[in-house]
Amino acid sequence: MSAIIVFIQQAIGQAIAILFGATGEILIERSGNLNLGIPGIMYMGGISGLMGAFFYENSTENPVPLVGFLVSVLTALIASALGGLIYSFLTISLRVNQNVVGLSLTTFGVGFGNFFGGSISKLAGGVGQISVQTTASAYTAKIPGLSSVPVIGEIFFHYGVMTYAAVITALVLSWFLFHTRTGLNLRAIGESPATADAAGISIMKYKYIANVVGAMISGLGGLYFVMEYLGGTWTNNGFGDRGWLAVALVILALWKPVNAIWGSFLFGALYILYIYVPGLTRGQQELCKMLPYVVTIIVLIITSFRNKLENQPPAGLGQAYFRENR
Amino acid sequence: MKGSSVKQPLFRMVKRDDVTKGQAMVVRFIAVVLSLIVCAAVIAGITGSSPVSVYLGIIDGALGNSNRIWVTIRETAVLLLIAVGLTPAFRMKFWNIGAEGQILMGGMISAAWMIYGAEMMPKSVLIVVIIISSALAGMIWGVIPAVFKAYMNTNETLFTLMLNYVAMQIINYAIVFWEKPAGSNTVGIINSATKAGWFPKLFSGTYGLNVLIVLIITVVVTVYMRRSRQGFELSVVGESNRTAEYVKINVKKVIIRTMMISGAICGIAGAVIVSGSSHTISTSTAGGRGFTAIVVAWMSQFNPIAMLAVSAFFVFMQQGAIQIATQFGLNDNASDIITGIILFFMIGAEYFVQYKFKFGAHKEA
Amino acid sequence: MGAPSLFITKNTCRKGELILNEMNAIELKNITKRFGSVVANDHVDLTLKEGEILAILGENGSGKTTLMNMLSGIYFPDEGQLFVHGKETVIRSPKDSYDLGIGMIHQHFKLIPIFTAAENAVLGLDKDKKGGIAEVNRKIREIIDKYGFDLDLNRKIYDMSVSQKQTVEIVKVLYRGADILILDEPTAVLTPQETEKLFAVLRNMKASGKSIIIITHKLNEVMEISDRVAVLRKGKSIGTIETKDASVEILTEMMVGEKVALNIDRSEPKDPKKCINVSNLSVRNREGVQILKNISFEARSGEILGIAGVSGNGQEQLLEAIAGLEKYESGKITFYDNDGKETNDKVISFVPEDRLGMGLVGNMNIVDNMMLRSYRETKGFFLDKSKPLETAKKIVDSLKVVTPDLKTAVRRLSGGNVQKVLVGREIARDPELLMVAYPVRGLDINSSYAIYNLLNEQKNKGVAVICVIEDLDVLLELCDRILVLSGGKVTGIEDARTATKEKIGMLMMDSGKVENE
Repeated sequence: MSAIIVFIQQAIGQAIAILFGATGEILIERSGNLNLGIPGIMYMGGISGLMGAFFYENSTENPVPLVGFLVSVLTALIASALGGLIYSFLTISLRVNQNVVGLSLTTFGVGFGNFFGGSISKLAGGVGQISVQTTASAYTAKIPGLSSVPVIGEIFFHYGVMTYAAVITALVLSWFLFHTRTGLNLRAIGESPATADAAGISIMKYKYIANVVGAMISGLGGLYFVMEYLGGTWTNNGFGDRGWLAVALVILALWKPVNAIWGSFLFGALYILYIYVPGLTRGQQELCKMLPYVVTIIVLIITSFRNKLENQPPAGLGQAYFRENR
Repeated sequence: MKGSSVKQPLFRMVKRDDVTKGQAMVVRFIAVVLSLIVCAAVIAGITGSSPVSVYLGIIDGALGNSNRIWVTIRETAVLLLIAVGLTPAFRMKFWNIGAEGQILMGGMISAAWMIYGAEMMPKSVLIVVIIISSALAGMIWGVIPAVFKAYMNTNETLFTLMLNYVAMQIINYAIVFWEKPAGSNTVGIINSATKAGWFPKLFSGTYGLNVLIVLIITVVVTVYMRRSRQGFELSVVGESNRTAEYVKINVKKVIIRTMMISGAICGIAGAVIVSGSSHTISTSTAGGRGFTAIVVAWMSQFNPIAMLAVSAFFVFMQQGAIQIATQFGLNDNASDIITGIILFFMIGAEYFVQYKFKFGAHKEA
Repeated sequence: MGAPSLFITKNTCRKGELILNEMNAIELKNITKRFGSVVANDHVDLTLKEGEILAILGENGSGKTTLMNMLSGIYFPDEGQLFVHGKETVIRSPKDSYDLGIGMIHQHFKLIPIFTAAENAVLGLDKDKKGGIAEVNRKIREIIDKYGFDLDLNRKIYDMSVSQKQTVEIVKVLYRGADILILDEPTAVLTPQETEKLFAVLRNMKASGKSIIIITHKLNEVMEISDRVAVLRKGKSIGTIETKDASVEILTEMMVGEKVALNIDRSEPKDPKKCINVSNLSVRNREGVQILKNISFEARSGEILGIAGVSGNGQEQLLEAIAGLEKYESGKITFYDNDGKETNDKVISFVPEDRLGMGLVGNMNIVDNMMLRSYRETKGFFLDKSKPLETAKKIVDSLKVVTPDLKTAVRRLSGGNVQKVLVGREIARDPELLMVAYPVRGLDINSSYAIYNLLNEQKNKGVAVICVIEDLDVLLELCDRILVLSGGKVTGIEDARTATKEKIGMLMMDSGKVENE
């Protein structure tokens, strides 16, 4: 029993970063842009939050966890918004190929994260590993009492605030996309910018906002990872391929945020399954780690049978819109 | 027209048809200069040294001694090879972002032959076997998404991307059996004593064979693209499926055939990396070059000379940045930041090659 | 800033002037619209009275759609005045058009497939925000009930038939507050039963005070639904008459006009032989709609067979089926050699309607476009560039193609030169059967005649030529025989030397009556 509870806790721990990334990417892809820069943006969000907290903790005698929390959230949001803005400017205003820009942004963002993650303490004149324990304590704080209730508490209330924020963000996005007029307009742009344009919707405005806000949500995934998962430290490439898993999760979720919630739990579970399946050799464990990607490929193939149009990628995904091209 | 207003924008962007190659080169050159200025400013800002010493550091890092020059040449050759490999696919408008995986599969087969084949055959035969089998491995990895694209129109961008990570896990799987020393989770330098499966020195150059292979493939692909019937067919498919069907080109066949070629070259790139320089295998063997090469190919408009120039420029800046980072005791991920900045500028430049500002009112219809 | 924007004032109707007949929903005066050197509308006048159904009749290319697009804000007129409900206005965008209560239902629907009718209707609006989509649905339900539409509100667009999609478009413009509706060939995609339903709805809308313009080719429908008919011909308004005073004969004559002599040389076919026989050919499109029904005819060498018909009546599919590019449901296409024996070995050349999207590759130069055909004729791994280069030179010289050089991308050539390159290439293959679709569309007079001459040359060489042409005058002077397609059926095959324009025009309109299962 307790092994199962730990497994669930671990799976959710893995899931949240991916969930943030996928939620942001869903918002972006719904506007018709395929942002392959999400992995980079998540690195940027993570390191910037960490740096914000680091400079805050170093600047005062008695750092307050809540202030560190706010500072790190703010810096993470600003950095990921900047990443989103670069992407938006190049793809929306300059109409450069989205894949090319996205991949470049990932190269840049991952380098940005690893460079500052590995160098920041040295640049700041210190030595050794960067660590922001005071701020991290605000992230890892659990609801007192509730979290220690057996089973129920351990499964549902054993997490820091970002975990709940991720789920709530996905739910809010789902409500926004499918139950508001603005969400309807946004989905129309992703499906057919020309039709949306004819209906009087401002393509530019919607696309920019969706891309920047989506990048900010994704960036929080990086922040979650360094603060809640790693407890306020950085290891180079520690974030690994979770950014690409987030892009994959969008496909698995069929571009619906609610699906991304359970999908992220599934991915998290698949990600650590190898630890919990008894009797696996090391080699089998490595093959087991392949599962999230294989599952995604299978979903991708199944959706291309075109059984149901709602489960397809947004029809305008990946194409720049230029009214004169009509 | 936006809203109910009848305002006309002061200027608008129009597609230009009349841009000459010279003008395009000027735009790109300005972008390179701008990116150099920004890169230097960033480095100077972080390290606190003067921009001039930054540039000198870069030049020193990339070309400072014969060893560094050879590394720069080696890295340029690999990047060029991958970009050349991607060219047929992109020309066909097939978004193969799975070069990483194709490289890894080629590299893995190379490592496998180095480990298991060293005693089975003479060294020269081993090299040939490595190159051929790495091509086959990359080909298989490239053709899987192509088949699904051809017959089911499965999105190739996402498919090839996912295959990269499947390939990485296959490498991790292989490392379990190949790791040396045990428990290190790395393969280490393979055959460091016998050098079996290592590319031999050629023309007294450390990486002479690497360069030779890359040059041969570049020339062959260029000829294939410009002079062969198959190269013509894939260009037509890339331009318009309807036209391809009109002249009765078998579109499915062309997609699959082209990705076989593209994947095979990326697989060979894996062999060039593993047998030709690193002599080991890990999940970072491709190291993001499969992604950078996409941008190289795209920016060069598939012109091999331009691809060489762009590859060389990137590698030059990366090697320089690594050197500076070492100098200041920072980590060498600085080179990724530099690459990113250059990419943004050069990508942005393509826009100004294709569009121009036009002032004045929008002429109706 | 364009000067015309200075004239935009919401209320130009000062006392005593410009107040026209208040009974007019729309009045167009002296509207002229040019595209380059082509005059699409030449000083056109048109009046739509309040609460009437006005039919606009005209051949393809007579300027009907262009005229209507100026009401829907897609084009802006070069000259002329526009009055809506008696007030002079300027329509600069689709939004302006909506704000004036004008709703246009285009032939190509602008709908998001994965949305419902209500979602499509409310796109980009702030209307009925409080009640959410349920409130929109309720309002749309009201519209549906009021006018008697047949629409399932829970269905997504992609799940709907063409007629339901059209219903959504109409409901959409009504929901957006239109009291003037313009329908561009609404019945072209409908079965007779669906057409009846549509007409019932239109009558209901008229009864509740909406003013309606319907563009159509089908005379029987004009007679059935409209109060008045306005006829356009070659960009000019010919006149407007009360439907009750009109007859099919009168309208046909107004539409096709007097025969115009074009002086295209036509020789007698020399020794015509059966080249191809089509029997009982039937084609369905991807959506399963029957496009061609039991088509049978033969084409002969040394003869030009013209295909007449309103565009979209299956011409494209017919040519593509013969060229082997379109799968057909049933029927047989047989080719014959000079001795009258069946053969599969015919050189067929085909000039498609979509020149740059299908016949040529716009981004490639003239030589490479020649190669599209020639590269198959050589074997081996490498391309033979010398032959296409030669062909390209020959075509540029003999057809006087205006191009900077042979390395220029063909999309940068003018329309006439693009067509010369395409036709030239197809002729250079020495075809035995040459098919051309709309060969002179968008071309100026000189280029058009150059193309006619090329077709005649081919005919005289003994090639079987099949051409789809819109202009009846050209068909009558160029062709030897004319096959008329209507509603996917052959409604007649006439001798071009004896047929009259009226006769062909009548055959073209001869649909609706045929059963449409």
